[in-house]
Amino acid sequence: MIRDPIVEGLARGWRVIDAATLERDTDLEFDVVVVGSGAGGGVSAEILATAGLRVALVEEGPLASSSEFRMREREAYPRLYQDSAGRQTRDKSITILQGRCVGGSTTVNWTSSFRTPASTLAHWREHHGLGALTDDAMQPWFARMEQRLAIAPWAVAPNENNDILRRGCEKLGWSSGAIPRNVKGCWNLGYCGMGCPTNAKQSMLVTTIPSALDAGATLVHRARAMRLVLADDRATACEARGVSAAGAEPARARLLLRARHFVLAAGAIGTPGLLLRSRAPDPSLTLGRRTFLHPTVVSAAIMPDKVEGWRGAPQSVFSDQFLAHAAPSGPAGFKLESGPTYPLLVGITLPGFGEEHARRMAQLPNLQVVIALLRDGFHESCRGGRVLLREDGSPVLDYEMTPYLWEGVRRAYLAMAELQFAAGAAEVMPVHEQARPARSWSEAREQVQALPMRALAARVVSAHAMGGCAMGSDERESVVTMDGRYHHLQNVSVHDASIFPTSVGANPQLSIYAQAARLSTALAASLRGA
Amino acid sequence: MSPGRRRFLQVGVAGATVLAVAHYVDRPRAPALPLRTLDAASAGLVRAIAACVLAGALPANPQSRSMALGEVTEAFDRAITGLAPAVRDEIRDLLGVLHFAPTRLVLAGMWRPLAETSSEEIGAFLSRWRESRFDLLRAGYQAITQLIQASWYDNPASWGAIGYPGPPTLAAAGTS
Repeated sequence: MIRDPIVEGLARGWRVIDAATLERDTDLEFDVVVVGSGAGGGVSAEILATAGLRVALVEEGPLASSSEFRMREREAYPRLYQDSAGRQTRDKSITILQGRCVGGSTTVNWTSSFRTPASTLAHWREHHGLGALTDDAMQPWFARMEQRLAIAPWAVAPNENNDILRRGCEKLGWSSGAIPRNVKGCWNLGYCGMGCPTNAKQSMLVTTIPSALDAGATLVHRARAMRLVLADDRATACEARGVSAAGAEPARARLLLRARHFVLAAGAIGTPGLLLRSRAPDPSLTLGRRTFLHPTVVSAAIMPDKVEGWRGAPQSVFSDQFLAHAAPSGPAGFKLESGPTYPLLVGITLPGFGEEHARRMAQLPNLQVVIALLRDGFHESCRGGRVLLREDGSPVLDYEMTPYLWEGVRRAYLAMAELQFAAGAAEVMPVHEQARPARSWSEAREQVQALPMRALAARVVSAHAMGGCAMGSDERESVVTMDGRYHHLQNVSVHDASIFPTSVGANPQLSIYAQAARLSTALAASLRGA
Repeated sequence: MSPGRRRFLQVGVAGATVLAVAHYVDRPRAPALPLRTLDAASAGLVRAIAACVLAGALPANPQSRSMALGEVTEAFDRAITGLAPAVRDEIRDLLGVLHFAPTRLVLAGMWRPLAETSSEEIGAFLSRWRESRFDLLRAGYQAITQLIQASWYDNPASWGAIGYPGPPTLAAAGTS
């Protein structure tokens, strides 16, 4: 029998409010309200609550836990992801995987946990006024969160899907390595994307959130933060409403959460959205701008032998061959990784329909997938997207792939095809509406060089929304200070991926954990002193 | 002005006009039970397109095939019910465009209602949208095919044909 720390905690008497069941207006008061329970909110809630502050942790999604994680896409995507794992940019050309549940994306991610690359920190120091973020200054925060979340390079043999990535790199003399994962006693089942059924993944759901609740914090779930109530340069309350399920209209009963301080950690689309809805002062027009995605493209190979990419840790091998040797301000660098081949995910990713699509799906067991995550936001032509509000107040990301990024996509398709053929692929197909399977590296090269690079033809996905509330010392170019404080509000901070001034250039969860730990430790000291 | 640019403006203006007309003339009706969002006309439309999008993937036996199409339609309905209301409205508008005769003719090039259109003709329409120069039509193609594909490949009935054994059971995995 697998223990479910959420079921056990509820039995111990945790303070948990399901906002969707509230029937009347409710006012509550805390020291700190944290909006969002993902990587940033989870870490912040633990640090603030264990420092003795009265904390409310507000989450729009449901409180779901291992007892109900059954490794089925049809159950997990609608319940645990934004827009049933189909959130898209405004023009529909990029699909964004983002969690919508207690634990946020950490509940459903594939566990890859990299430190912020030294080259990224150097770029931030040099170009974004973050001089204090030296390697030495950040090292203790990375080390602390690695220890807290059992992050270590995966020592188990990679699954075949990832091993093909490793072997291809080895054949070509490219660098590769084992991905650090946040797992403890992992069963190597391969279904991290649907919520870990064994609680091996050290997500916020089973680590910092239980610890914050044990320290007396209150979890308010199925609660959408509608707006911050602002008076002069302070926030006095966060107004929330219950949302019974994704797609449902907010309930009528209003939940008013008053506090001395507000920490926003609703992610790089949600946090700017909440600040825009609250009409937070934005004199330099920086709020919600410079949003980055690590636009990700996919190459599908058919291998002579079975791959069964749904089995085993979904991401365990990476290659920085096209990142480590590329100057951040030069042509777009990209990180190579693999991704799991769950049937629904593959079904909507492979291009085409009818017999053409059915024939490709029938090769699922032999399918191998490499993905390339482009590093956006470093080159001056790459300014990212912008979070806008729809008529109903919901946030949407306007993000355009620029010629600079498309050039990177073409090189990424070439690199992935070369690697897959080097590892013995029988066929390789870039995931693009106009692509056809190529039988050799030279055929693939010829094809990729001729492919039109345009939106809604090349399939582009993202699991990493970042930026929009950039941290910086110059308020004309940033949204929050080095301490995460909103420039124009006394008691509002941002502790999530939206504070990054560019993309991270690596899967961002550990970067978020480390920044949230740094910012919350300072905030706790300042609030306790006050 | 180049011919391509002129044509874009013509199609763009015509497209925008018919979209606006469809939005007001062809408002969705009450959901067809047991569905929660799709009305009867939209459900029939999804079923007709699904028969084309999933050709080669659905069971060959007519009875199983019909049952599978019903399940795909229900899963499609569940999927859009869970979308943000603004996004759900966009999908309803897209289905409205394909239901309302003038927009169907101008934007999709099909004279007859989809339920009376052959699978080949529906396939030709999907291919035109897939290869279209207009972002809006390519987005429409991707939305409708992906929703249908998601609605089939999340169904255990689809797994046998693609060699997917389904998720492991924890009891078996724990003792292995």
